[in-house]
Amino acid sequence: MLKNLPLSAAIGLSFTAIYFLAAIFAPVIAPYGMADVVGDVWEPSSAEHLLGTDQIGRDLLTRMIYGGRTTIWIATLATILSFTTGSVLGFLAAVTGGWFDQVMSRFVDLMMAIPSLILALVILSSIEATVITLIILMGLLDATRVYRLARAVAVDISVMDYVEAAKLRGEKLGWIIFREILPNALSPLVAEMGLRFIFMVLFISTLSFLGIGVQPPLADWGGIVKENKEGINFGIGAALYPAIAIATLAISVNLVADWILNRTTSLKGGRG
Amino acid sequence: MHPILTLVVQRLALGILLLIAASALIFGLTEILPGDAAQAILGQAATEENLANLRAEMGLDRPALTRYFEWLGGILTGDMGNALTNKLPIADQIGKRMSYTLFLSFWAALISVPLAILLGLIAVRYQNRWPDKLISGVTLASISLPEFMIAYILVFFFAVKLFWAPSFANISPGMPLLEQLHAISLPVAVLTLVVLAHMMRMTRAAILNVMQSAYIETAELKGLTTFTVIYRHAFPNAIAPIVTVVMLNLAYLVVGVVVVEVVFAYPGMGQYLVDAVVKRDVPVVLACGVIFAAVYIVLNIIADLVSILANPRLRHPK
Repeated sequence: MLKNLPLSAAIGLSFTAIYFLAAIFAPVIAPYGMADVVGDVWEPSSAEHLLGTDQIGRDLLTRMIYGGRTTIWIATLATILSFTTGSVLGFLAAVTGGWFDQVMSRFVDLMMAIPSLILALVILSSIEATVITLIILMGLLDATRVYRLARAVAVDISVMDYVEAAKLRGEKLGWIIFREILPNALSPLVAEMGLRFIFMVLFISTLSFLGIGVQPPLADWGGIVKENKEGINFGIGAALYPAIAIATLAISVNLVADWILNRTTSLKGGRG
Repeated sequence: MHPILTLVVQRLALGILLLIAASALIFGLTEILPGDAAQAILGQAATEENLANLRAEMGLDRPALTRYFEWLGGILTGDMGNALTNKLPIADQIGKRMSYTLFLSFWAALISVPLAILLGLIAVRYQNRWPDKLISGVTLASISLPEFMIAYILVFFFAVKLFWAPSFANISPGMPLLEQLHAISLPVAVLTLVVLAHMMRMTRAAILNVMQSAYIETAELKGLTTFTVIYRHAFPNAIAPIVTVVMLNLAYLVVGVVVVEVVFAYPGMGQYLVDAVVKRDVPVVLACGVIFAAVYIVLNIIADLVSILANPRLRHPK
């Protein structure tokens, strides 16, 4: 499978892998404890502190690793939630049609007519932001996008002869959705999954930066920017490291998603 | 009735319906979630009795539907009630801040729209050569970063290292225009970069789509220069998709402005909204949220209408 791996995909895969491994093994890799004050305020980078220290003297590399862990976990779980609810409901709407399809589709239209950030702000003014509520909130808001895509793809597939045949065989709804439609809808969905994941990373970072996402003492990339933003005015670039982390993660996930899309479409003779 | 007029009226009616539904959704969200204004004022330690008294006093014990229509009527007539935190009328605050936000968005749009179209044209002209690749690369990079990151990168280099522009957008009514523009130069640059990327890519795609038509080949075979072909033949046919793109991106600006205002401590609507969310000032969040949503929806409706009106096949039906 990894033969003929294009260079761009190899770069993307290795960077994505590094980020995920760092997220999983954060306590092992991180040189210091997440909340340990180990130096002066905003020390420049040195042998002890590769990226320097933050606004109260914690090791910035450690903060970045733990921050990445929070950001990547939240984004991953929210993406999984958004894909399972979005695609199951989308497939269901495409297969059953009728009033369920109408009600769901109009509701999704309504949700998508309002910017996600505004909806998130309205909701977060009423509920407390914990890791769990953030995952549910982001996952469900984003499920509308997945629903649209899944429904569009599934409508095409559900008129195919083999789906018709399965229906005539008397297969149940679950079989038709998971055994007939899902395998054939997978490649566009997987490519979209990469984009949605990046969107989740940007979304949670924005919320944390605004002070209504991940709450201290937990660190995440958006929160690190918020904590260190005063430093910028003194020419201290501590708040810019998360920018580099987010950009490299976003670009590498994009490269992987592109490669998966190309690979799976060429397998099926070019049909997207 | 002319068929296009029917279509326009239909879309307008749908749009109004959508606006009402969106306001109901926003109001409903704060209704079904736990906690209300009385809870926010009294805090977690309040007794049931105190809560019930305050709810009765504020009218919160009446049915949600009644309060929704009162609230909607208030928004439409400019009476949005008072903020929970400082008891000041919300409408006064919004009136002041709205003009600042519009000022910022206006300049961002004024710069980004022509620039995006020009860059899109250049990218098509030099398709797959280095100018196209350079433009695509830079725009891809700016899509991969959240707005506030782009903002701090610009602040770091242009405000702190080079002293070209202030890092906080301090603006007041009495300032001369030039000083105001200097104050908002970095926020405008950030917003421009954010929407430019999307807009330019979509413009490029729209023109490339037209460039594949047969009449473009004819124009090329006539011996016209590439720029004439693009300018005289491709561009007029790409106007409808481009206008749609522009409108969608102006709508996108609505979201970008929220974050950018917070970064630059700009006294606009976005800052007001985020502050209110942090302080759990639900009436303010509702008012700001519904205004942002309405602007977004209205811009989308306009994009829809323009694409209908710009389509010659719909204007002159057989």
